Amino acid sequence: MEQPVSYTLDSTLETVDHAEEKATRIATELGFPEEEVMQISMAVREGAVNAVLHGNAYSPDKKVILAFERTPDGLVITIRDQGKGINLNDIPNPLAPENLLKTSGRGIFLMRSFMDEVEIRPSQTGTEVKLIKHVHGPSAGGKEASQ
Amino acid sequence: MSMKLSTRQVDGVTIVDCSGRITLGEGSVMMRDTVRDLLSKGQKKIVLNLGDVNYIDSSGIGELVSAFTTTKNQGGELKLLHLTKKVHDLLQITKLYTVFDVKDDEAAAVKGFK
Repeated sequence: MEQPVSYTLDSTLETVDHAEEKATRIATELGFPEEEVMQISMAVREGAVNAVLHGNAYSPDKKVILAFERTPDGLVITIRDQGKGINLNDIPNPLAPENLLKTSGRGIFLMRSFMDEVEIRPSQTGTEVKLIKHVHGPSAGGKEASQ
Repeated sequence: MSMKLSTRQVDGVTIVDCSGRITLGEGSVMMRDTVRDLLSKGQKKIVLNLGDVNYIDSSGIGELVSAFTTTKNQGGELKLLHLTKKVHDLLQITKLYTVFDVKDDEAAAVKGFK
């Protein structure tokens, strides 16, 4: 992936699977090790789930914008929805004893667990989630070759 | 690969053999329907064999939690069997590994019911 790529996707369950597949393909092409490819694809899946379900609430009028950009340090993935935005203070800690047996609320936690950096920027016109995975291995993203 | 579920009986315990992905949508719904169906028939000793589950997302984790608590609330017991590394690691980082009764051996899982 030489240039940044961006996809505009419908607010459907299929979009979640497509986002995951694109993340898997791009992370693999960039040379991330298998374990990190899994982490990246899973983080993207969770971000896409949040965008489709909680952000756009399956609205056919709202889109999910998914973008991938190769940087010198790694891979930057942006997932943007067109919902009402989220209140970051309302996100419970899924590891708190009182939340352990809740059936939802682990998506952002998993994104933070699997990625090196996660930035969440809510606004009244949607939420933007930026997922960053740094290049750790010598071969990922051709970093070694570029030095 | 989508989710596939099949059930079998071993010494009064229902083993649910799961394969594929437990993710938002079909996989999660199948898991929920299967456990509810078992409970409605009075089959309250349940083992979820996750040996062939190669992928699970936060919705799938939520479905496992739901299956566990629903069974417990109805006086039953639910155990997890043969976790793959991916599922094991996910349950570890979400601190759910110690919440579930996790077994590596089917015979021990069956014997372990009260």
